Amino acid sequence: MNKIKKVLGDDLHKYTMVIALIALIVFFNIASGGKMITPSNFQNLLSGNAYVLILAIGMLMVIVIGQIDLSVGSVAGFCGMVMAIAFQKWNFPWWAAVLLGMGIGVLIGAWNGFWVAKMGIPGFITTLGSMMIFRGAVIWISHSISVPAPSELKWFGAGHLPEWGPAFTGMNNSTLLLGIFAIAFVIYAQLRQHARVNELHTNKEPLWPVVIRIVLGTGVIGYLTWLFGTGRPGTSFPIPGLILVVLVMIYHTITQKTRFGRHIYAVGGNKNAAALSGVNVQKTYFLTMLNMSFLAALAGIMFVGRSTAAGPSDGTSWEMDAIASVYIGGAAVSGGVGTIMATMVGGMMMAVLNSGLMLLGVGADKTQVIKGLVLMAAVAFDVYNKRPGHVSITKRLFNRNSAENKEGSPADKKS
Amino acid sequence: MEDSIILQMREIVKEFPGVRALDGVTLEVRRGEIHSICGENGAGKSTLMKVLSGVYPYGSYEGQIFYMGEEAKFKNIKESENAGIVIIHQELTMIPELSITENIFMGNEIVKHGLIDWEEARQRTMELMERVGLNLNPNTLIKNLGVGQQQLVEIAKALSKNVKLLILDEPTSALNEADSANLLELMRGLKSKGITCIMISHKLNEIAAISDAVTVIRDGRTVETYPVEAGHVDEDRIISSMVGRAIENRYPPHESHPGEIIFEVSDWCVEDPNVPGRMVCKNSEFHVRAGEVVGFAGLMGAGRTELMRSIFGHNYGVFHGGTVKMKGQELALPSVSAAIEAGIAYVPEDRKNLGLNLLDSIRMTIVSANLKAILRGRLLDSDKELQAAEQSRKALRVKTSSVDAGVTTLSGGNQQKVVLGKWMFTEPEVLILDEPTRGIDVGAKYEIYRLIHEMADQGKAVILVSSELPELLGMSDRIYTICEGSITGVIDSKDADQEKLMRLMTTTSDTKS
Repeated sequence: MNKIKKVLGDDLHKYTMVIALIALIVFFNIASGGKMITPSNFQNLLSGNAYVLILAIGMLMVIVIGQIDLSVGSVAGFCGMVMAIAFQKWNFPWWAAVLLGMGIGVLIGAWNGFWVAKMGIPGFITTLGSMMIFRGAVIWISHSISVPAPSELKWFGAGHLPEWGPAFTGMNNSTLLLGIFAIAFVIYAQLRQHARVNELHTNKEPLWPVVIRIVLGTGVIGYLTWLFGTGRPGTSFPIPGLILVVLVMIYHTITQKTRFGRHIYAVGGNKNAAALSGVNVQKTYFLTMLNMSFLAALAGIMFVGRSTAAGPSDGTSWEMDAIASVYIGGAAVSGGVGTIMATMVGGMMMAVLNSGLMLLGVGADKTQVIKGLVLMAAVAFDVYNKRPGHVSITKRLFNRNSAENKEGSPADKKS
Repeated sequence: MEDSIILQMREIVKEFPGVRALDGVTLEVRRGEIHSICGENGAGKSTLMKVLSGVYPYGSYEGQIFYMGEEAKFKNIKESENAGIVIIHQELTMIPELSITENIFMGNEIVKHGLIDWEEARQRTMELMERVGLNLNPNTLIKNLGVGQQQLVEIAKALSKNVKLLILDEPTSALNEADSANLLELMRGLKSKGITCIMISHKLNEIAAISDAVTVIRDGRTVETYPVEAGHVDEDRIISSMVGRAIENRYPPHESHPGEIIFEVSDWCVEDPNVPGRMVCKNSEFHVRAGEVVGFAGLMGAGRTELMRSIFGHNYGVFHGGTVKMKGQELALPSVSAAIEAGIAYVPEDRKNLGLNLLDSIRMTIVSANLKAILRGRLLDSDKELQAAEQSRKALRVKTSSVDAGVTTLSGGNQQKVVLGKWMFTEPEVLILDEPTRGIDVGAKYEIYRLIHEMADQGKAVILVSSELPELLGMSDRIYTICEGSITGVIDSKDADQEKLMRLMTTTSDTKS
């Protein structure tokens, strides 16, 4: 037990969902006779869900500050449509059309942010308004007709990395290169971390957990590289997936490692205490809402690229998928709690369910029912685990021999 | 069993995972008396009352409870209330948006033919309010009442349930002097009508004023019970049995060395943001020297907190003018972050709502007002954060297993130390402490006092706002008094006593001249 902790850190609880996700994938693979874990299915899983996961990144931050954004689907649809119309009817070059779409997204974000931050209107109401406004606006400007998208965009929405180099590797060399980079990064980061720990702390960390972490990381990345790289010729780790990974890395750093990141958790945890600690609460609200619509525009444009045309109903109910991902990932409705990484696991859970149930031939109706049940089960599990006084299920599984019980008494710290 | 004993709790043991909150408490209350329970925070007073009222049902604890001569086995609050035991909690539990009547009969509605009979309910509310000395319209919303009046409504609600044993958990902790006195008077009145009261309190003067007997609890055990003779109680005896050691001096000895004036406020005018036209600071002027502890005395609502929060980056009220000078330089303080930047720190009076993010760990709390100090490049450095937190923990002697523990795992006193640590980490020149020892026990108070002295010795200017006059007298070098937004006086604490202060605290500037 202690050895596992040395490798993975003290908080094993956060791996529960990862284990559940892996179990789900394995289950579907067996049930579908091996159709789940294939290169093309995994490629589709990523490129087909990247846009929802990108929304979920922004949504996590919005939920952490204690707000919600219901308008992301409408905003995504609207920005995608503006981009397509600019290209098709106003003869913008494709890149200018994309910039215009993104710019509109930022403006809408400023609009939402203004009402939430400056006027103090709850995000639920503000974005309910925006949801209606921009859904109406999409239909209005498109006259309910689909508009073809620039073909250059297909690369962003569903593209693959180029094929090059020697064939003896037996896989897509771009993907291979990515994998090698990723492994190199893991090794570098682990060794640097280890060096810093031993430089600064009195209780030195032995080398073996680092080695095991590197071996584990290398194994996982190596396997995924092989999985994504050995699809049909011409396919690789998908471009939307790559965009997603880059965004996740950027936003993970922002939320965990910057002052702005701390501020969003502070504002969500206790707005008044944050204000008295020098946090500009209004600015934090404004930027978070702005960022959400920016990501919504990006997701909308990527989706248009993938489907080659902007439709008037694009983005309908995406907000619900994004919100579900965040809550499955363990965020709290009251704000202040949740991480990008857990949200991504939550989002993948929904994606794997969609894909797996489809492979099993379950209809869309039943899939919806099952997704609803999974949302409830995941959140109920989380709530149960966090309830004071209970020893969490993970702890029970892992911690049976450990004598110390850190939970302590739930109540009556003050009498 | 003697008939004069209304309640007897024998050898009560209550355990939570990992903690024994009650470890054999025995309590005996005579019929018709006012019985005080004292103990440090965490001693088990509230747990004991929760056992008594059935919040922790029969079977979840060991030991026996005899109430009115019979063994009581309450499974929930409803059962204990039916038996005539009512608790009034420290945090009031009424619904602000509902009226007095609706709150009094909440969960206990007068129903006729399936519908609530509001006429009858209002009628009875009037009667109940008269009994507690409230003269209000029963349709008044709770949110429009002061805390003192709300407390009286709570008692009226208890009376509506035919209470025989009334338990008050720190009833005066949120009240001003006048309301406290009023409440204590009411308790005497209830006693004369045969209602037994149990009062949990930290305030020894109140205990002395109204109790018939005192029980002291420490670490989940009864230390001693003794009768109080005619308004006289040996405070030192109670204190020493609460903390288990004799405290000769409640305030650590200290010799101050005030230096230059480093902080000056003049002509400070602030308007109440909710009541246009009402000034909460009227041309306030004061100064603090380096290494000096300056007290601020005033009754609740006098405008002490408002003054401090408006200085701290205009965090409160509508600003109408005034200047702040630090070491002779005039400061512009448009925001809290500007105030922090300028070297001002403000420890708010309400720890849980204003001082802490309860989701945070200790280490995150310590650095939260000065994230700049742990930056490496543009990113936060968790190693610097850990070092800062560890340093703070050592300097402040915070009792915790690890700085990664959540702040909610700490006792009130240790939480307050962490809040102090958070502000010391901003390296302030001027430290404003608003009620820094409210709701924490005697031992922790002593440590906070020592920290205040340490900071003064480092040459910081310390402003101490407190409702406890002995604390101000024991800790400050000089004391300013505030009444209705005006600074009404400043006295050297050597020449001050409680009477002098109280006179200044109740004298408005109009009557002074």
